[in-house]
Amino acid sequence: MSRARSGGARARPPIRLFRNFSSKLAAIPMVLVGLGVFVGGTIWTIVHSFTDSRLLPRLRWVGFDQYERLWSTRRWLVSIENLAVYGIVSLVLTMCLGFLLAALLDRKIRYEDTFRTIFLYPFALSFIVTGLVWQWILNPEFGIQSIVRGLGISGFNFDPLYNPDLVIIGLLIAGLWQGTGLIMVIMLAGLRGIDEDIWKACRVDGIPVWKTYVVVIIPMMKPVFVTALVLVTSGIVKLYDLVVAMTSGGPGISSEVPAKYVYDTLFTRQNLGQGFAASTMMLVTVAIILIPWAYMQFREKRQ
Amino acid sequence: MSATEITTAAGTASAVTPRGAKPKSAFAPRNIMLYGTLIVFSIYYLLPLYVMLVTSLKDMAEIRVGNVFSPPVEITFQPWVKAWSEACTGINCDGLSRGFWNSVRILIPSLILSVSVAALTGYVLACWRFRGSEVFFGILLLGAFIPYQVLLYPLVIILREMGLFGSLWGLVLVHTIFAMPINVLLFRNYFVALPEELFKAARVDGAGFWGIFFRIVIPMSLPIFVVSGIIQVTGIWNDFLFGVVYTRPENYPMTVQLNNIVNSVQGVKEYNVNMAATLLTGLVPLVVYFFSGRLFVRGIAAGAVKG
Repeated sequence: MSRARSGGARARPPIRLFRNFSSKLAAIPMVLVGLGVFVGGTIWTIVHSFTDSRLLPRLRWVGFDQYERLWSTRRWLVSIENLAVYGIVSLVLTMCLGFLLAALLDRKIRYEDTFRTIFLYPFALSFIVTGLVWQWILNPEFGIQSIVRGLGISGFNFDPLYNPDLVIIGLLIAGLWQGTGLIMVIMLAGLRGIDEDIWKACRVDGIPVWKTYVVVIIPMMKPVFVTALVLVTSGIVKLYDLVVAMTSGGPGISSEVPAKYVYDTLFTRQNLGQGFAASTMMLVTVAIILIPWAYMQFREKRQ
Repeated sequence: MSATEITTAAGTASAVTPRGAKPKSAFAPRNIMLYGTLIVFSIYYLLPLYVMLVTSLKDMAEIRVGNVFSPPVEITFQPWVKAWSEACTGINCDGLSRGFWNSVRILIPSLILSVSVAALTGYVLACWRFRGSEVFFGILLLGAFIPYQVLLYPLVIILREMGLFGSLWGLVLVHTIFAMPINVLLFRNYFVALPEELFKAARVDGAGFWGIFFRIVIPMSLPIFVVSGIIQVTGIWNDFLFGVVYTRPENYPMTVQLNNIVNSVQGVKEYNVNMAATLLTGLVPLVVYFFSGRLFVRGIAAGAVKG
C-alpha cells in the first residue's frame, strides 16, 4: 500500500524504475497485451505470410508466393468481391437509414424511447442468432416467398439464400437489421449535440426542415459521420459469423468472405502460410481505410 | 426531473392561459408521415422476434401447412423443452443446456477479469501516468482496429505455450485481451473526469496507489462499471469466432452449439426446435438490454466515440 508514495520528496528510491512502482506493476497487462499480443502477433503473422508453412508454422522463405497464389485463387477473389459489394451497399444504407431514423426520432415525437428500444434491440443479439432467424424468414418454402405466392402472385421468386446472384441481398437484409440501430444511436447523439439556436435561426430565415438538414445540420455533423463510418467499416471487415450462420458461404462459394477464407485456410485446410497472407491482406485493407482517418483526426487536433 | 419539479410545472401550467402556437392535430399530414414511417420500420425490426416466438410455439405439422408469420393455433412448449435438453449436435443429444452452462462458465470469469483489468489499467492511465504510459495506451487502442483474423494464430501459440489451449480459461484470457482497448478507454475517460482535488486530498491523507483505487475511485465509479459490464456481457455471450477457435467441442459456448444444432445437415429439420434454441440463445443479451435501457445506449455511445 505504501509503495506508491515513493513519488514524495522524502525518500526517493535510487532507481527511476521503482518510482511510481505500483502503477507500473498495474500497467503490466496493458504492456503485455499491447506489445506482446497486438504488435508481436501482427508482426508474427506478417512474417509467417512469407513462408511456406502448412500444418505448422516454420520459417522457410518463399517471398510473395503465398500472395500470388492468394490472388489467383477464385475463392479469395469471390470473397473480396462479396466484401466490396456488401461493404459499399451496407455502408451507404446503414448511414442513410441510421440518419433517417435518428432524424425522425429527433422530431420531438411521442414514444421516442419505445421506438429507440425497438430499433436498437437487434444490436444486442449475436450475428448467429440474426443469421438463423433471417435464414428462416427467407426460407423459400415457408417464408416471404411462399407468403407472397399465397397472395396469388404465383410467379413470385425471392429465395436469396438459394440463389448465387441474390445471396448478398439476403446477407444485407439481416446485417442491416442488426446494425442500423447502433448508427442511429450515434447519429441521434450527434443531433442532440446541435445547438437549439441553430434550428431557431433556420426557422426564422424560413428554411424548410429538409433543407436545414441537408445544408446546415449534416455538414455540422461531419465528425459524427466520420466516427460512424469508421465503426461500420471496421465491422464490415470482420463479417464472419453472419455468413457462417446464414449460408456457410453457399450456395457454392457465392457468399464467401475474407474472414471466413482465413478461418477455413488456417483451421480446416491447415494451410497456414496461405491463411497468414490472407489475414495480412485484411490488415492492409483496414490500414488503407484507417490511415487517412487517423491523419484527419491528428490534423484536427493540431489546429 | 424530480417529482417536485413536475408538480410545480403542472401547477403553473394550469394557472396561466396556454401560450405558444396552437398544437397541431395528432392527424396532421406531417404526423401521419412521421409516425407512419416509424411504424413501418418498427415492423421490420420487430418481425424476426415475432417469427422466432410464433415458430417456437407451433408443432411441426402446423409449420408445414402454414407460413412463418401465421400465429400458432395450438400452443406447444415441446420445442422449447427439446431445444433445451434433447437437441443433437453430432453424437451428443443433451440439448442447448450444455452450451448455456458453458457460456455461463466462460462469461463469469471473463467478465470479472476483463472489467477489473480494464479498470485498473484505466486508473493507471488517468491518475498515475509514467513515462511511456501514453505510448502503450496508443498501441493498445490501435489493437482495437486489427482484424481478429490476424491475431488468431499467434494467440493459439501463446495459449498452447501456457497450456491453456482448448480450455475454458484460454477462452477467458482471449476475451480479456480483446476487451481491453475499448474498456480501458472507457475507464480512463471516466476516471480523468473525476475531480482532481479529491485525489490530492487522499494523497495528503496518506492513501497510496491501491488505497485510492479501492476506497475512492471504485466507490465513485459504479455507473462506468455497469456500462463496461453490459458491453462485456453482450460481447462475450454473443461471441462465436473465439469460441470456435479456442475451445474443444465439449466446451463450446452457446452460440457455437446453436449454430451446430441448426445448421447440422443430418436428420429432418425441426424448425420449431431451431427457433426455440435461437430465442433461448438470444435471451440473455435481450434481458440485459431491456433491463439496462439507457445505460446500454450510453455504453455503445461511449464505445463509439473511441476515435
